[in-house]
Amino acid sequence: MSWTFFDIARRNLQRNLFRSMLAIVGIVIGVLAISSLGILGNSLTLSVTDQLSTVGDSLTVIPHSGGASGFGGGTATPEKISDRQVQDLRRVAAPNPVIPVYSTAERIEVGSEKAVLSVYALNPDDVSLLVEVDQGILLRGNSGVLAGSRAATQYKLKVGSQIRFSDGSTQRVVGILKERGLGFDIQPDMALIVPARRYEDRTHPTGFDQVIIKVKDTARIEALQTAIDQRFNRRETVLDTFSSKEILSSIQTVFGQISTFTTAIGGISLVVAGISILNVMMMSVTERTKEIGILRSIGTLRREIRQMFIYEALMLGLIGSALGGLLSFGAGYLISLLVLQTTKYLFDPSSLSSIALGMGFGIATALLSGLYPAWTASNLNPIEALRHE
Amino acid sequence: MDTVTASGGPRPDLIRFEEVSKVYPLPAGDVVALDRVSLTVRNGEFIAVMGPSGSGKTTFLNLIGCLDVPTAGRLLINGRDVADLSDDELTFLRRDTIGFIFQQFNLIPLLSVIENVEYPLVLKVRDREARGERPFEALKAAGLDDERLYTHKPNELSGGQQQRVAIARALVNDPDLLLCDEPTGNLDQRTGAGIMALLAEMNRGGKTIIMVTHDPGIAAYATRQVRLVDGRIQEDTG
Ligand SMILES: Nc1ncnc2c1ncn2[C@@H]1O[C@H](COP(=O)(O)OP(=O)(O)OP(=O)(O)O)[C@@H](O)[C@H]1O
Ligand SMILES: [Mg+2]
Repeated sequence: MSWTFFDIARRNLQRNLFRSMLAIVGIVIGVLAISSLGILGNSLTLSVTDQLSTVGDSLTVIPHSGGASGFGGGTATPEKISDRQVQDLRRVAAPNPVIPVYSTAERIEVGSEKAVLSVYALNPDDVSLLVEVDQGILLRGNSGVLAGSRAATQYKLKVGSQIRFSDGSTQRVVGILKERGLGFDIQPDMALIVPARRYEDRTHPTGFDQVIIKVKDTARIEALQTAIDQRFNRRETVLDTFSSKEILSSIQTVFGQISTFTTAIGGISLVVAGISILNVMMMSVTERTKEIGILRSIGTLRREIRQMFIYEALMLGLIGSALGGLLSFGAGYLISLLVLQTTKYLFDPSSLSSIALGMGFGIATALLSGLYPAWTASNLNPIEALRHE
Repeated sequence: MDTVTASGGPRPDLIRFEEVSKVYPLPAGDVVALDRVSLTVRNGEFIAVMGPSGSGKTTFLNLIGCLDVPTAGRLLINGRDVADLSDDELTFLRRDTIGFIFQQFNLIPLLSVIENVEYPLVLKVRDREARGERPFEALKAAGLDDERLYTHKPNELSGGQQQRVAIARALVNDPDLLLCDEPTGNLDQRTGAGIMALLAEMNRGGKTIIMVTHDPGIAAYATRQVRLVDGRIQEDTG
């Protein structure tokens, strides 16, 4: 290491500032693509894992065809799960708790505001298996309403607020739920939870829309699915089951495809950046042939000429990667906010490591692209180089 | 000056050409730039190499400067055959024992005056402390006294000043030998005379100088004249 080669390299980059900047921009884009997408993928995995650990593993059972809830509404008489089937499920699933759920959407009024919200009707004894209360209490007896955290924020619901349902009956909010995020069983954040008995009295449903089985021993999930299949679906498919694991793995598959695609884009932009660095440096070698001849004639070794050019490539790579890494924070922040609605995973070590990975690739690309020009420059014949004009 | 080597034997001639030829193979046919040249240069000589264009003067100088090696024959520098030396060893010879002075000055445009002069010294001595005042002394010795110029870039200087910087650069590692290819070729007569007076002074101080020139007036500063024609020595006053 010597100041001279480093200084000459730096000054040469400054002499061709515009060219150097173009080469740097290429590296920045490549690093940005790899890092910010890495952050997104990582945050996604972390948030899914987080949710799994809070919700635990569960098996969701819905009637085959007809759909689970009032979202569709297209089918004349949607399939339901009968009391008998629930009893059978309890027998098959024991000792795991089985939670029958009515799920629908209803027009409600809060003060003068009208809204349509998801409504889950549950046996009050089951509520504590699915959600936690933030303020107030969970359901007790056959009255009261629980409000999901985002529903509460949006409609300014507090413990004690009155909600008027579509049939004209009113109920008071007894509890506000903790935010739960994306779930695999029910989505309580933007919903209301009411006692099942009251719901039955009001609407006389023909059966449940879904059944959730909380599985304590996650290794048993597949065996349980097989058991349910054998009990219900032997002649024709009556019930469909989804495990959180399955949903998670399909999310991961989809994400894997997206991330392969985006990493490929990042890779391509790095290749382009590498070619542009190669090009910039080959131009520099040609333009500086005479200078290289002079340096060689006054005692510069081949490897010292090589060093000089590699420093140049390294500087382009370092500056590009540093800028790219910095911008990745911003981009990762924005993407996480848009896709996951949270940025709490941005500073996780594994997110930071994807920035390091992107920067590493950026520096490596620049170095690789600098090798050939450096080699060419160091192998110039000093006499030919000196005669060059 | 010391005339014996560390081993105690007689000091070898600085440069010895033994039947040296240099042939450039070209598609249109080989060009014989030097044709069986034999010649000895002793320490402290001041030689002017003259001859028509294309007669092989620069080729002759490049061989001595270890920028090239002979196609045939032996060239000994300080008793060592340059054909036996690796590229690195030839480079070290250029750095430590030889100073180049070119017609077009050949300074590095990216470096300031003082950095240009310091450069060959940096190659040799990486420790800044150990380099000390050497570049300043070399510039003073080359007759560039105005220190305000030292931080300028070479292209901000006149031709004569640039050639003095080049001479300072050639002197900074205290070489035994100065090789000059038409050092006054790009300078007016008065400036050229100043440079020649400087070279003559260096020679009196003990440096061996080999200088290519077309100008008989310039050649008169030297103590020995060698005339090349078609790659052969036609006349040698030494
Ligand atoms: N690198 C080279 N490749 C091919 N031919 C060369 C090369 N260098 C020199 N020559 C040829 O060798 C011969 C001698 O060239 P040289 O440069 O030594 O002449 P010179 O005496 O220095 O001429 P001038 O006075 O014009 O500088 C010329 O015919 C030249 O064309
Ligand atoms: Mg010449």
